[in-house]
Formats: sequence, structure tokens, C-alpha cells
Amino acid sequence: MAKIHVTTKINGEDAEFLCEPQQTMLDVLRDELSLTGSKEGCGSGDCGACSILVDGRLVCSCLMFGAEAAGTEIMTIEGMSDGDTLHPLQQKFLEHAALQCGFCTPGVLVASKALLDANPNPTEEQARYWLAGNLCRCTGYDKIIEAVMDAAAEMRGE
Amino acid sequence: MYAPNFAAPQSIDDAVRMLGADGAKPLSGGTDLIVQLRSGRNRPDHIVDLKKLPGLIGITAEGAGFRVGAATPGAELGEDKAFVAAYPGIVEGAELIGSTQVQGRASLAGNLCNASPAADSVPAMAACGVMAVVVGPNGEREVPVQDIPASPGRTSLAKGEFVKEFVLPALPAKSGDAYLRFIPRTEMDIAVVGAGVQIVLADDGTVAKASVWLGAVAPTIVEVDASCLVGTKLDDDAMAKLDAAAQAVCNPIDDKRGTIEYRTKVAGVMARRTAEIAFKRAGAR
Repeated sequence: MAKIHVTTKINGEDAEFLCEPQQTMLDVLRDELSLTGSKEGCGSGDCGACSILVDGRLVCSCLMFGAEAAGTEIMTIEGMSDGDTLHPLQQKFLEHAALQCGFCTPGVLVASKALLDANPNPTEEQARYWLAGNLCRCTGYDKIIEAVMDAAAEMRGE
Repeated sequence: MYAPNFAAPQSIDDAVRMLGADGAKPLSGGTDLIVQLRSGRNRPDHIVDLKKLPGLIGITAEGAGFRVGAATPGAELGEDKAFVAAYPGIVEGAELIGSTQVQGRASLAGNLCNASPAADSVPAMAACGVMAVVVGPNGEREVPVQDIPASPGRTSLAKGEFVKEFVLPALPAKSGDAYLRFIPRTEMDIAVVGAGVQIVLADDGTVAKASVWLGAVAPTIVEVDASCLVGTKLDDDAMAKLDAAAQAVCNPIDDKRGTIEYRTKVAGVMARRTAEIAFKRAGAR
């Protein structure tokens, strides 16, 4: 089959690409668009390292075909900061040392942003369940949760 | 190299025609299909994305019931307050499927038609009398959800057929549903046993009707004879009978999540616990 031409919006900008039907959105981001912030951990939707937002909804980009992006608005980790100004979540992850190897971090940040977009004042338990699909093999999660809760408080103006 | 065709039809007729081709597979949320495709377990020649079809995504209140588009992501169910209030058990099932990310894509129809005996959204749907609206070359028909899975990984759908939407009947007064799943972890696992229950109360507060379905203990979900609950307020004797009835219908496999003996015993426990929650919810309405 001929490549599929897809028109979409990525991180606020119009984007178009050609993809094979079987290419996942993660393949497209990394291999066609050079947006390599989203990572492939498992390729089966278990680890969350490839998390992106599609029309504001948190999904694994490895569990979506690139062709399905047609007509949607995509947000990736590359669209999280405002130029050189880090998103409060990114800043808090640095302050709390909420990362070690960093492989899971883009996915955790995107997932955390989706959480705070939907619920600016989550309980720690809600944050832990929300992020259960983001696996981190380094930090033991406590620092990640501390950073998310701290960022949430700051974004609420507390 | 494997390279399927991909199409996202805009009309039901086009979708039915495309799915009539040899080697065609419908794509809903894709959280099962894409994994199977990558592992090589399922390599369709034609992938037909159903999400652009009218009515395939969304929840519509209809009379005192609902219509739910087949490809509606599970996350959307949990965000619809009226739906959660009406069918908390079905939402509980949908919200146990994978992670937040997976729930952003995974749909009721995908969960049903993937035909895993451990599908979390199916037992509560069956208990609540949910009907699947199936369209295909011969038109449209309504099928009780429990009649769609035929055996692990296989459905009763004919070539060219797919599930378009679900019809959730108007709730009886004083009714409640619930779903509980037992897993060895706290999150993100496949059911050892799942139990979906709907209970309808009579005016005197006793059970008028009880529907109890179990997942993961047989090749398809199975119904428990819950007649022992009728006329009771779930006293110890009724619950002991329900426990025995649940164990009696089990025909599970041995695997790393549980032995036959363990799954069977847990099925009785889960049937009781879930019935208790559904009973309380019915009483609170």
C-alpha cells in the first residue's frame, strides 16, 4: 500500500507526514519527525514512556497508528516547556531529583500534565493510580510523586 | 515486510463492505490489536478504523437508558457523571482495563470482541442486560453482549459484521450494579476472577432479581444461578448458597495467576463481595 499522507497539529503547529499503515504514532514521531523525546520502553502499552496527548487525552503513542493522527491535535514532551521556560512540572522534577536515568521522564511528565489538567488538586493516592501506567525502574516513585504534588501546589498558587 | 492496508471509512456501508474482505480486521481503540500485530499473533491484511463512523464515539442518554458508541474510550465513561451514577459497575470494569493511557483508547467493543475470558468490562455489562448493536451485510441486529465472545480470541460475529454501539436499558427502580476483580497486584493486571452483578430490589427491600456473571473462570464469561438471593436481604445462608453456585459454574485454567482450585474458591468470594456492593447501591437509590 502507498504511504498515507496525514495532516495533523503537533505542539500547536500544523504538521504533515507520510507513514506506512503499520507505523505507530511513536514510530512516526521518532523516525519521521525527529521528535525523539517520546521513548519506546516496551512497545506494548505497559510502560508509558511514549505517553502523548491526543486531543488532550493521555495515550500511549505506541498503541496508536500514525494514520490515526489525522485531524487530531497532538502534544508531546517537546511541547511542554514555553521556549526556554520550563513547565512547573519539569522544574519540580529537577528540584526534587525525580529522575535518575531519565528514560521514563518524558512520559511521566506528559502523564502528570494530563493529570493536573484534569484535576489541579489530586490526592497522593489519585496521583499514584493515575501514574501507575508509567514505569520507572530507578527512583522508586516517591520523588516523582513528591515533585508532582509540589508542582500541583505551585500551579494552584499555594 | 508486513504492510497492511489502512482505511478509516466515514459510512457504515463502506465499513461493512471493507470488513467483508478476506483478512480484514476492525480497529477500535487498538490497545489489543496493535500489540497482537507487533507480536505477529494477528496480522490483518486490511485494518478498518471504525472511529470516524458516525455515532461510534460518545455517550447519549436515551429515555432512562443510554447508548454508548462502540469505540468510546473507557476514560470517557468515567468522566460522564450521569453515566457513572447510573451504571457504576460497568464504569468500574472499564476503569480497570490497563493504565490511564490505555483507558484513553480502549473501548467496550474492543474489550468485548477481543474475546478474552478475563475482559473486565464484560461481566457487569452482561449482568445489566446490555445489548450490542451489530451491523453487517445483512443489516442490523441486537445481541446480548454475552453472546458475542465464542471462545478465547473468537467471536460469534459473521464476516463483515462489527459492533456499532451498545444499548443500556432503562434502570429498574432500586437497582444497582458492581464489578470487582481479583488480581495479585494493586493495579494493571489481568483478572484471576472478575465478578459483575446487578441487583434489583422489591418494595420491601428484599432482592427481586439478581444477575451474577463471572469472568476469567471459563473460556467465556459465565452466569451464576443467583436465584438463591431472591426474596432475601443477602443473609448468611443466601450468601453461602451464592458462593457454592459461583464455584459450581467455574471451569478455569491453571496458569501463573492461579490454579484451578484457587480460582474456583476465589470466584465464590468475589461473587459474594460484588453482590454486597450491588445490593447496597440498589438500596441507596
